[in-house]
Amino acid sequence: MTALSPSLQVAIVRDTIERTNPIRKTGPRARKGSRGGLVARVTGAIVVSLVVLFPLYWMLVVAFSSRSELLGGTVRLWPRSLTIENFERVLAGFPIATWFGNSVAISATVAILSVLVNLLGGYALAQLKFRGSNVVFLIALTSLMIPVQVIMVPLFRLVTNLGLYGSYWAVILPTAASAFGLFLARQFILSIPRDLIEAARIDGASHVRVFTRIVLPLSKPLIAVLFFMSLLQSWNDFAWPLIALKQNELFTLPIGLLYLQGQFGSDFGATMAFALINVVPMVVLFLVFQRYFVQGFVRSGIK
Amino acid sequence: MISGTRGDNAVPRVVIAPPPSSARAQRRGSEKLREGLAGWLFLVPNIVLLGLFVFVPIVWAVVISFQETNGFGVGEFVGMANYERLVSDPLFWRSAANTLLFTLIVTPLSMGMGLGAAVLLNSVLPARGLFRSILILPMAISGVATALIGVLVFNENNGILGNVLRFVGLPDVNWQSGGFAAFASIVLVTLWWRVGFNMLIYLAGLQAIGPELYEAAELDGAGAWARFRNVTVPLLGPSSFFLLILNVIFSFQVFDIVFVMTGGGPQNATSVLVTYAYDTGFVTRDQGYAAAIGVVLLLVTFVFTVVRWRTSRGRDLVE
Repeated sequence: MTALSPSLQVAIVRDTIERTNPIRKTGPRARKGSRGGLVARVTGAIVVSLVVLFPLYWMLVVAFSSRSELLGGTVRLWPRSLTIENFERVLAGFPIATWFGNSVAISATVAILSVLVNLLGGYALAQLKFRGSNVVFLIALTSLMIPVQVIMVPLFRLVTNLGLYGSYWAVILPTAASAFGLFLARQFILSIPRDLIEAARIDGASHVRVFTRIVLPLSKPLIAVLFFMSLLQSWNDFAWPLIALKQNELFTLPIGLLYLQGQFGSDFGATMAFALINVVPMVVLFLVFQRYFVQGFVRSGIK
Repeated sequence: MISGTRGDNAVPRVVIAPPPSSARAQRRGSEKLREGLAGWLFLVPNIVLLGLFVFVPIVWAVVISFQETNGFGVGEFVGMANYERLVSDPLFWRSAANTLLFTLIVTPLSMGMGLGAAVLLNSVLPARGLFRSILILPMAISGVATALIGVLVFNENNGILGNVLRFVGLPDVNWQSGGFAAFASIVLVTLWWRVGFNMLIYLAGLQAIGPELYEAAELDGAGAWARFRNVTVPLLGPSSFFLLILNVIFSFQVFDIVFVMTGGGPQNATSVLVTYAYDTGFVTRDQGYAAAIGVVLLLVTFVFTVVRWRTSRGRDLVE
């Protein structure tokens, strides 16, 4: 060891002590904490974050840049002047308020329905034992792999025959039936101790009462997850509303966005201004509800 | 449909609760009956909605696929004609090949990148929560908006990517007019949109792995790569399995991005089965044929999922 520099000797000794000490507190986290590794990891995380954030940043820049700058191709990475003229043009040219209202009405109704329907179904599948419950569950799960384009032709006829075409319900009802929501609800409610429910039953509580007095209060995180996920999904839904909403005054924001792109073509300022109106509400909610969102995935047993 | 026993091994992880003990079952016979009745009643809203808006249309789609119809009036029964037409339709095969290629590229890439990001953001890192939030942010953005941002980035005239490439001195890429480049742009935008979701699922899986396993592996002399290969990867098996199924299903169904960014062009280079089915059903209104495309897509997805479920039994035991 005489040939090694003193600092290297110290490093080797420290390393040996660390390696041979059985009760050191080094989980996988602490162990990876060498300084060079830390710099590399932080750099990596920053690069990845920039790749994710840059398109969003650019969307903001374009949305707030003037039309002449955009046409002249003089928009800078760090713009000098910002304007809201794109928003004014979009708001003047299209019934944005109506479309926004449609999106709110449809996605909120879908979310409420989804919570109600899936809590009930999830409780039945998780806590009530009866013949056929697993079969129902598995059949429901298979619907996860059915793209709407497979069933769009008959679904459109069905919706028309039921007299739903031309109303919000043409979108709401087919979207509210979500096997994923049922799955989440079932997995969550499985974690409620069955003894609790049995005890209430022995005390003479009806199944409805058990549901409202025990299952509902314990399912608040689940309700938040179901509500927000359905809201997000429905707010951003595109393929089915594109087919089911043909009347301009019924458009949701994504459909309106496509319509605007068709009309305004390469007016990127206007397109991005509208896209922001579509994106911002959900991004804000997403950041606020993130805890529930992540929790939902973890608690439902998807690991 | 899948039989009950087979499904017990299914992922998303299906947890089957234990049956009631026999003593309890004997004590309360009528209770059992009442519980069954309650169970079915609680399920009625779900059964009605899913049955009416998913399973009735599936059966109906099969019926329509044997008809020639434009959606108005009663269709004419044509037997297997639509399916025979599929076999010799070059655009169908092109779309099927594109769908398959897209799936084969996007699934491993989004899982691999998701896993890498999850490992990175599970390690010691300042502002770890912030980085995590940033990476899952695209999950909140609609497909249409994502695709329009994609147009903004990849536009050939004044897209930001072209400008940057020119600035650095690299040659122009024909992101919109070149078939290969257009396909690549679709893949890149999809990855931007989907990797965060993959990371989230992997992150949840990573956090369930106890540190003592890594310590044991390290005591046995395993290096960083060996620990990743022999501890992390096997223990993330259930997450990988879940993601594999979901990524394949989502890739088969890629619609918003393609529809808005390229509309299937140029020269059908990015046409996929669902956009082709949409165009056939609601643009050219050849609805019998569109239904046949849908049925084929359904069969392929279904076969893949069943095969994957069957071959996953061993892996679930490891868990």
